[in-house]
Amino acid sequence: MVTLLYFASLRESVACSREQVPLTADTTTVASLLDQLRSRGERWAQAFAPGKAYRVAVNQQMADLATPLRPGDEVAFFPPVTGG
Amino acid sequence: MPIVRVQEAEFDVGRELDVLTRGRTDVGALASFVGLVRDANEGRGVTAMTLEHYPGMTEKALDDICREAAARWDLLETLVIHRVGALKPGDRIVMVGVTSAHRGDAFAACEFIMDYLKTRAPFWKKESTGEGDRWVEARSSDDAAAQRWKG
Repeated sequence: MVTLLYFASLRESVACSREQVPLTADTTTVASLLDQLRSRGERWAQAFAPGKAYRVAVNQQMADLATPLRPGDEVAFFPPVTGG
Repeated sequence: MPIVRVQEAEFDVGRELDVLTRGRTDVGALASFVGLVRDANEGRGVTAMTLEHYPGMTEKALDDICREAAARWDLLETLVIHRVGALKPGDRIVMVGVTSAHRGDAFAACEFIMDYLKTRAPFWKKESTGEGDRWVEARSSDDAAAQRWKG
């Protein structure tokens, strides 16, 4: 299993803040996990559409599409940050 | 060791800065920055603001930024306090304090920490305006400000 977190506008877009999903042979990287999320339906496909500005962190470190996933990982999706 | 705090409560700038220098005689310079909630943004009046963050990662990101500053400049202490939750115009959002033997290092590190915080620390602002609530968009000028410290 991996824990998925969603923040800010992205959390509102997908109407989910936290969930756990199983890791399968098809979800070994951030990119393949995103493909799986997009296939959930229109809301998800739109939130993670190509060209949408969002960021990914794995285990609280900034990550990218090629970052591999392992059981127990915490994967977070969020829009570009606006603190300060 | 950087001092990093993420909190809902207001902070006292004078008291926090005093802690950085109290009992020390090696500090020649203390530079600080305080960010506040403005009452207008992108042409609209702002009546309130809510700050969301990613607990855990936020503290790590701020700690990493302070450590990177300490690796670049000759610093004695670094402090970052960032508020989350409900804020209103005039409220303080963030403060950075940096001590060093000399002002050049303190000034530069203070600005660096704010530039990196703006682009790397996972905080998100939602503004309330007369026309409803909206998430604040990231600015390309903030990316440019962080970019100039590269290389």
